[in-house]
Amino acid sequence: MAPLAPKTGDPLFANVERVNAELFTLTYGAIVRQLLADLEEVEEVNKQLDLMGYNIGVRLIDEFLAKSNVSRCVDFKETADIIAKVGFKMFLGVTATVTNWNAEGTTCSLVLEDNPLVDFVELPDTCQGLHYCNILSGVLRGALEMVSMKTEITWVRDMLHGDDAYELQAKLVKQVPEEYPYKDDD
Amino acid sequence: MGREVAETCMEGMILEMVSAYSTRFYATKPDLAARRIEAIGYQVGLQLSERYTTERPRFGDHLEAIKFICKDFWSELFNKQIDNLRTNHRGTFVLQDNRFRWLTRIPINSLPNKMDASQHDPSAPTPDNKAAQDTSMHLYFPCGIIRGALSSLGIPCAVSADISNLPACSFVVRIKA
Repeated sequence: MAPLAPKTGDPLFANVERVNAELFTLTYGAIVRQLLADLEEVEEVNKQLDLMGYNIGVRLIDEFLAKSNVSRCVDFKETADIIAKVGFKMFLGVTATVTNWNAEGTTCSLVLEDNPLVDFVELPDTCQGLHYCNILSGVLRGALEMVSMKTEITWVRDMLHGDDAYELQAKLVKQVPEEYPYKDDD
Repeated sequence: MGREVAETCMEGMILEMVSAYSTRFYATKPDLAARRIEAIGYQVGLQLSERYTTERPRFGDHLEAIKFICKDFWSELFNKQIDNLRTNHRGTFVLQDNRFRWLTRIPINSLPNKMDASQHDPSAPTPDNKAAQDTSMHLYFPCGIIRGALSSLGIPCAVSADISNLPACSFVVRIKA
């Protein structure tokens, strides 16, 4: 019998190489700061953070699948649960909760109360339109696309804007079924 | 041990940052890309060094500060110390890491010897050159970190990387008089 996929990411996180979160947090902050200086427009920075996240997500998914032993998720609901309990934990050391499912099971919210990207961060007044953690939405979008799910990921709540948590809305736009090289009716 | 994240997050982020600056924002201006990447490193080094030295008295001299970088600072960042420190006693220090973590994912045969702005030749983008440039670009980040850290300790300097002796990576610190 194949090894069971873990219910939580704790054992996975314990087994990966880890680094000081402060280095990570400060590096991200320095990147955002430099992007703001170079790109000037907050919307452009949001876009670039999302794109950077996307590129990271596209690679991260391989590591996730390899290390977590998670088999193909049956549906989007299962996918969201795995992301929240295993994915976030394995990489960021924190877990998210999944809420707000719509009736069709295609939209939900991922809620993070603890987020290492934003330790010690405060947004100045000039950057109120900035989605500081936009790299996260890109990572999710990129990773999910690699497992055949096209999604839209948007911010609903942002603690840097005064909300009480970080909330991402994940909307499944299209699930592309796997294509096999041989068609039955050829 | 404080809060941690997976190392891949850090690596992925650095890779993307270098890629964004060297292939998207300043694709035709590698020197500008390099300066930005170094500036990001500088910011990180500055803030980290401030954090790690708030409880300490100021360092007595340059050597003490460099030793701090080699031991405590490097350990916080890479879980190991600098392996070898040399100096000409005239303001130049060479910090050698025998197995620099951030280089361990890059194929060795694509690496140049010395990372030097004057060797960047944007008019000759062969695949080898490109790979070599990519690696050099990566190294601007840790060079910036060291420069920022020393700057916060009141020591202005220039930092470059030397990978003529792989898998070791040496950071050459030249203190400005």
